[in-house]
Amino acid sequence: MTAEAAAAAGAETAVAAAISVRELSVRFDADTGSITALERVGFEVPEGGFVTMLGPSGCGKSTLLRAIADLVPISGGAIHVFGRTPEQARRARDFAFVFQDATLLPWRSAIDNVRLPLEVGQRSGAIELNAEPEALLALVGLEGRENALPHELSGGMRQRVSIARALVYRPRVLLMDEPFGALDEITRDKLNEELLRIWRETGTTIMFVTHSVPEAAFLGQKCLVLSAQPGRVREFVDIGFAEPRTLGMRDTLEFVEVTAYLRRLLEEPR
Amino acid sequence: MTTASVDDKGTGTNTGQDGRTMRNARAERPRARRYRHAPPIIAAAGMLLLWHLIVVGFGVPSYIAPSPVQVIGVFAEQGEILWINFWPTLFEAVAGFVLGNSVAVVLAVWFVHNQFAERAFYPIAVFINTIPIIAIAPILVLILGNGYAPKIVIAALICFFPTLVNMVRGLKAVSPQMLELMRVLSASDREILWKIRLQSSLPFLFAALKIASTTCVIGAIVGEWIGSNYGLGSLIIEATYNFRAPLLYATVILGAGLAVAFFVTTTLVERRIVKWKPEAVF
Ligand SMILES: Nc1ncnc2c1ncn2[C@@H]1O[C@H](COP(=O)(O)OP(=O)(O)OP(=O)(O)O)[C@@H](O)[C@H]1O
Ligand SMILES: [Mg+2]
Repeated sequence: MTAEAAAAAGAETAVAAAISVRELSVRFDADTGSITALERVGFEVPEGGFVTMLGPSGCGKSTLLRAIADLVPISGGAIHVFGRTPEQARRARDFAFVFQDATLLPWRSAIDNVRLPLEVGQRSGAIELNAEPEALLALVGLEGRENALPHELSGGMRQRVSIARALVYRPRVLLMDEPFGALDEITRDKLNEELLRIWRETGTTIMFVTHSVPEAAFLGQKCLVLSAQPGRVREFVDIGFAEPRTLGMRDTLEFVEVTAYLRRLLEEPR
Repeated sequence: MTTASVDDKGTGTNTGQDGRTMRNARAERPRARRYRHAPPIIAAAGMLLLWHLIVVGFGVPSYIAPSPVQVIGVFAEQGEILWINFWPTLFEAVAGFVLGNSVAVVLAVWFVHNQFAERAFYPIAVFINTIPIIAIAPILVLILGNGYAPKIVIAALICFFPTLVNMVRGLKAVSPQMLELMRVLSASDREILWKIRLQSSLPFLFAALKIASTTCVIGAIVGEWIGSNYGLGSLIIEATYNFRAPLLYATVILGAGLAVAFFVTTTLVERRIVKWKPEAVF
């Protein structure tokens, strides 16, 4: 299939999907030989959906997210974000990326870090302001700490600043790579709830990588389970708990069954 | 301050270390503050006393080694000749500092954006740095004449290399993840330079500027050694040939004082500008 044909076919099906990935392969060519990180991966995320991603270490979760964000070149297949290529989507500021560590500028206060996306990349057109930076910091529970420098904030607070920064220009897709991986459980629970609330309030499409099975089951409407070497889709699991989800839900039998199922998928060799 | 200055010169290129020592020192202030300066002052006073006792006790003639009292006397009696020669040296050192560091910063920015330029010119910069400044000085005097120009250029040359090396390192010391974030935001190279690279290079730049703040004075003085009739450097030569040892010592002390003043100024400017912790990457 030629690139044009793939793009045309993608544009047809992508109308309903926020993210559509088809037959995606990513290979890395290193001196030591080439590694196939992802092979024939395909799935769709509907607009406003929340998809979590689980898989053994090194199976290509980060690579998949980075391919969608146009940070890694793809070797085969196609990715469409609202019917556009990743590069077009990036230039249109369709998505925001949240990394495992907050990646804040140490010399900028919390509020100025949140403003950063509004100050750069202007040549791609006017940037729509989602909400005032002050309001976003309040949304992530940091009112009163606007002028703190990153080293004066805790790890969890820094991560919340980076989430506020990701939301400041109304991204249509939020790509999160183990954003809460380095946090303690209590902070993580709190941020999980906050993230769900933000998701409900803003209608942003979210893809969320995690190593925690309960987190994946709690947050996701669907969970994409990958298998390793090379990275393939193991199963795209429907989770479908009733909204709004609460932390208490995690003690129900229904929830335990879902996590047990996800664990089995992760452990069982194919 | 004196102890910090030794420390800073020693570990000049190692920014993180410097920043930490200074900050810890400041954190401990409340208790240690009052007596912080006592040890170096006592040590210096003791050495002056020893110097005086040796000179007086062994009857060393003053044209070989003057006593501290005689040196202080020079400042009181021959102050005018010292100050007349002080201002040109100050001017040359400052001009050389500004020139050398500006060129180094601009070159570093160019190198970071143009790999070819870095590969082509970096080795040349290294080569120029290996030529002893004392050897270059006569050449520059031949080319640039006898005015301020050769002295300024020598002071600039001596500042240039440490700043170039540190600035290149500083501009590149941006985490790959920060660069990925900027790519997701479709930031241009220019925005990355102004918003990220220049800021994150500041601790590296100041480590180099602190070295340059003392070496630029050396550069100016060395420049004045060769066929000059003004400046602290020419005064040093003149005093030596005429066996005016007290004047020689006073001149040397004035030159050292100039370097210390530059260093302290640079440190104070750094403290005002770099308020964040350079060693932590968020
Ligand atoms: N830039 C790169 N160059 C070469 N190989 C790479 C590169 N990035 C990733 N890989 C390889 O691709 C594979 C997938 O890596 P990736 O980081 O996507 O895994 P992951 O699922 O995110 O793992 P983890 O859960 O540990 O974060 C690994 O084998 C890795 O070594
Ligand atoms: Mg990863």
